[in-house]
Amino acid sequence: MANAIELIGITKRFPGVIANDNVNLAVEKGEIHAVCGENGAGKSTLMKILYGMQPPDEGRILVNDEVVTLASPSDAIDLGIGMVHQHFMLADQLTVMENVILGSEPMKHGLIDFDGARTHLKAVAESYGLSIDPDDLVESLEVGERQRVEIIKVLYRGAEVLILDEPTAVLVPQEVEELFNNMRDLKAGGASIIFIDHKLDEVLEIADTITVIRQGPTVATVKPGDVTAHELAELMVGSELPSPQTTASTVTDEVTLEVEDLTVLDVDDRAVVDYVSLKVRRGEILGIAGVEGNGQTELINAITGTEPQASGTLTLLGVDITHADVGTRREAGLAYVPMDRHQEGLLLEAPLWENTALGHHTRPPFAKGIWFDRDGARQRTEEIRRDFDVRTPNVEVPAHALSGGNQQKLIIGKEMSSDPKLLIAAHPTRGIDVGAQAAVWQDIRDARAKGLATLLISADLDELIGLSDTIVVMLRGRLVATLDPATITPRDLGAYMTGVAVAQEAS
Amino acid sequence: MNNPTLRRIALALAAPALAVIVAVVVSSIVLIISGSNPIDAYHDMFTNALKLETSIDILNRATPFYISGVAAAIGFRMNLFNIGVEGQYLLAAFFASVVGGAVNLPPVLHVTLVLLVAMAVGASWSGLAGVLKVTRGVNEVISTIMLNFIATGGIIAGLIVVWQDNTGQVNSGTTPLPKSGRMPDLNSWVEVFTRDIGKGRHLTGVLLLAIAVGVAYHLFINRSRMGYEFRASGYNPFAARAGGIAPKKMVLSAMVLSGAIAGLVGMVEVLSDNYRYDQSFVRGLGFQGIAVALLGRNKPAGIAVAALLFGFLDASRGPLQASGSASTEIVVIMQATILLAAVVAYEVVSRARQKNEASTAAALLAGSQS
Repeated sequence: MANAIELIGITKRFPGVIANDNVNLAVEKGEIHAVCGENGAGKSTLMKILYGMQPPDEGRILVNDEVVTLASPSDAIDLGIGMVHQHFMLADQLTVMENVILGSEPMKHGLIDFDGARTHLKAVAESYGLSIDPDDLVESLEVGERQRVEIIKVLYRGAEVLILDEPTAVLVPQEVEELFNNMRDLKAGGASIIFIDHKLDEVLEIADTITVIRQGPTVATVKPGDVTAHELAELMVGSELPSPQTTASTVTDEVTLEVEDLTVLDVDDRAVVDYVSLKVRRGEILGIAGVEGNGQTELINAITGTEPQASGTLTLLGVDITHADVGTRREAGLAYVPMDRHQEGLLLEAPLWENTALGHHTRPPFAKGIWFDRDGARQRTEEIRRDFDVRTPNVEVPAHALSGGNQQKLIIGKEMSSDPKLLIAAHPTRGIDVGAQAAVWQDIRDARAKGLATLLISADLDELIGLSDTIVVMLRGRLVATLDPATITPRDLGAYMTGVAVAQEAS
Repeated sequence: MNNPTLRRIALALAAPALAVIVAVVVSSIVLIISGSNPIDAYHDMFTNALKLETSIDILNRATPFYISGVAAAIGFRMNLFNIGVEGQYLLAAFFASVVGGAVNLPPVLHVTLVLLVAMAVGASWSGLAGVLKVTRGVNEVISTIMLNFIATGGIIAGLIVVWQDNTGQVNSGTTPLPKSGRMPDLNSWVEVFTRDIGKGRHLTGVLLLAIAVGVAYHLFINRSRMGYEFRASGYNPFAARAGGIAPKKMVLSAMVLSGAIAGLVGMVEVLSDNYRYDQSFVRGLGFQGIAVALLGRNKPAGIAVAALLFGFLDASRGPLQASGSASTEIVVIMQATILLAAVVAYEVVSRARQKNEASTAAALLAGSQS
């Protein structure tokens, strides 16, 4: 069969990162093609290239076997490529039809031709078997229905190739079933679908072909019938031997952090963290495994106090901190290495010594009464620079002048040197080079030996298995398994994270 | 320019210099089009500025600009746009005049009372916008603009009729402050160094207050813990929140502090010029303050330079009109072009600086490793 879309040798580099490395992807007409891979694997960049939002550095894009150049999304739309974004772009106060025609309103005698639009919309919806009332207000719709509106919006503009960016991430299981039925109808109607997902049970159910990307390059293109779920998980997360070696256990009986029945709701009142209970002991590293978007972010935000929780209690060193603000938790000994150092970790335009103060600025050596101790901050920053090998000409340079690895070492350094009792480390080595990675691992292990309790969240399974004393798996907001890192392989862990292993146990 | 320090200083001075040059060029073009000789106009402006009396005039005009600039800058440092300095200072000046005119106290106490009332009124009025923002999520730009109208068109317009002093004056206003509530001028201080000041000019005593505000602003924003929290929130609100800085508390305190300083903007007129609030009370200082803060990069010294520049331009209106070398509107055109050019120039220079910093750091490291 002819290819609707073909990407050949696509390479895209960002400063310091190769997002796509010689990626090949061929989508046949009328097939559902899944693109799998961890966050950071390069899926989103690839889709942006295909939708004309970013130009590739190298490689060719073929649409209907002809080489094309996509300078903007409107080029892509003209070629019949449409994208449904993960976050809906709908105006709540407008009706379904108004949303669908927004931006390409049909005109008649200088006025919007609503009748023509309604007829066209109904024709499109019926031919693809999508049911929706064009006159409903979008704010009255359920999440699944809103997604259908987004799909119709794309089809209305004549798209024959649909890109669905993690369409199931926002849906509950019944809605996922409905979406899959819609996708089958679309396929029957002649559309080709590229969809991004990393829940393998879902991928195996719906896809005709699966392409796996891992940290840049394409790893494999397979048919669902030819692989087992375990093999697919292995392809996705990789299975190299863990490099950070665990040392003798330093776990004690003293509980540092206790989380009981913690629930966090999203804006639609759905539980993104669903009755989670866990304990982290002195000298223990508790690893949380899970594909991103399964509630880990919300869990750590609730523990650090930056986002409110719906119910449950948090206890730090025997003190109830459920209702304490971030500052109080910080002063009680909570250290935090955020998952996105640029967003939550650094003041990029400020000098390094102002950065090291952040989160500790209420205590010496950064504070002197009501005053900020500039000399103390500079001196502490010099110490961090020396002890944590932060490569910088001096401590006066702004944080943005450092490389990613050195920024991360600065963050680890400032959190570790504040004598913390509990460390929340989210992806502590993401996007940094191998040397810096090893240094960060050693720092965490040293602190563990001195009695630090650590909650580690990471997408790097080698890191999780190598550092953790215990691993729990988080899936759809729940802790679904507790595993021993000494016996688990990345392959089995991947199966738990993607829901395969749990599904097998249940059936 | 291989010396990094020299290069940094050059970059820092480049932006304002560039802005002034662009403004001069644009104004010259406008002057030529309108049939005036730009050289004559600039000559008049500068020779006038060199006179002692004009210098006093420039300082008097720069004083409220400076206080207003600091008030706006406190918000800007946190990415809060307090557009309401205008309403805050007018409301504050009105209540301070009413209270000041109604009591009789020993001199120092009297002035202090007037200042405290002004600060309290300004702080509550902007605090209202802060409360609306943290409890209801109302954007402070919208709420402060609306509060401006409520303050001037509602409260002041309504109450000035009730509290006006009807002792035969044409322009209805509040009861003038008695002698004890007036700030002495600084003429004697200046005359130590110069000849006697003529033409009935008085250097306002509020200048000292403006200097105190500047010093306090510097100590607060650059040296205090809370100032650090302000700046951190301005740099990156998410990182600040993760660092334990409560966003709502920051927003509320920034609005209250900004309003308290805004309350002092009208004090030149109340304490040392007109001694009361009347229908012709000076307006627009709040918006001038925003311009001055932008031009001065929200820095204590930068705002001072910007305030003096705006004061100089303002003071040039009279001589330009008298000599007829140019229409006085050229002053407004210059202020606007300086501001516009400055915003563009700062952005260009800050990009150059970021590149410079990154490459300097990389170069220094490479040097130290080899």
